[in-house]
Amino acid sequence: MEAGQSFLPGLIEACSAAIAHNADHLCLLDQEIGDGDHGTNMRRGCEAVFEERHMLAGLPLPQALERIGMTLVMSVGGASGPLYGTLLVELGRGLAGEEPGVQKGFSSALSRAVDAVARRGRSGAGEKTLLDVLYPVQSEVRMQSTLDNIAIEAQAAAERTVAMKAERGRASFLGDRSIGHMDPGACSCALLTGAICRYLGETEGA
Amino acid sequence: MKANGANVGIVIVSHSPLIARGTADMVRQMVGDSVPLSWCGGNAEGGLGTSASDILAAIAAAWSEAGVAVFVDLGGAETNSEMAIEMLEPARARRVAICNAPVVEGAVIAAAEASGGATLSKVVATAEELSP
Repeated sequence: MEAGQSFLPGLIEACSAAIAHNADHLCLLDQEIGDGDHGTNMRRGCEAVFEERHMLAGLPLPQALERIGMTLVMSVGGASGPLYGTLLVELGRGLAGEEPGVQKGFSSALSRAVDAVARRGRSGAGEKTLLDVLYPVQSEVRMQSTLDNIAIEAQAAAERTVAMKAERGRASFLGDRSIGHMDPGACSCALLTGAICRYLGETEGA
Repeated sequence: MKANGANVGIVIVSHSPLIARGTADMVRQMVGDSVPLSWCGGNAEGGLGTSASDILAAIAAAWSEAGVAVFVDLGGAETNSEMAIEMLEPARARRVAICNAPVVEGAVIAAAEASGGATLSKVVATAEELSP
């Protein structure tokens, strides 16, 4: 949550790489129950943030997160642009009033940001969306779980969306036929959570 | 007519640029040129999609002091439109409304209402009468 000028660019690079390596897989998942462009959209967004990484490193973390959110809104498109954008914007706004480095501060900012995503998508838990990863991750963070456990739970949470029936987004048009496929948004959310946890683990140990 | 003569603007947002543009063509041919009108749709790769930045540009293009009514098709079109409206300065954001109405019928009826100088709330209400 602090560290030098290379911390944020490194984190952005780790997230971009996770999406780039899995973009085709995300598109395949989206072809099953959506319009097949989630990987393309997320990669476009990550590339736009990656371009700005050095400028972002010069900002205080809350402002940097807010700026990343706006960049995602403007570049990702689809429904995931506003959802991921809202997450980052609200996380930044939540952290703006907090003491840096305090776990409780991050936890409450994350909680507030996840609630904002739910409002934006008019959705909740169990509707086969990225919220089905965000809520479990938020709960792990609140319990001060280890980075490894947060990442494991994120992946497990994404797996649980396979059995869910989509209630929001285009996948909901498929009704019962959406069951049996992992939600692409939940998948990208777990990938990003894993990349962030790994990066934080590496920089903590360094 | 209002004193300044400005009619409510219409923005059409579809995942498909063909639908957005075709709807705009219908509005122009059926209602005429007296209503500010703009459309957007599709993603950067030429596929289906909507984007907040395109919607912002469309709202700017159809801007009227009387306000702007936005017509959207599916999920992301509405989410991105909400996002775009929040990104406007508050004084402008208050004068933009997303209509809960079918895109084609809604846009044509709203434009007809707007061409007579109706207020934004009247334009929106007329279009939303189409929704069950």
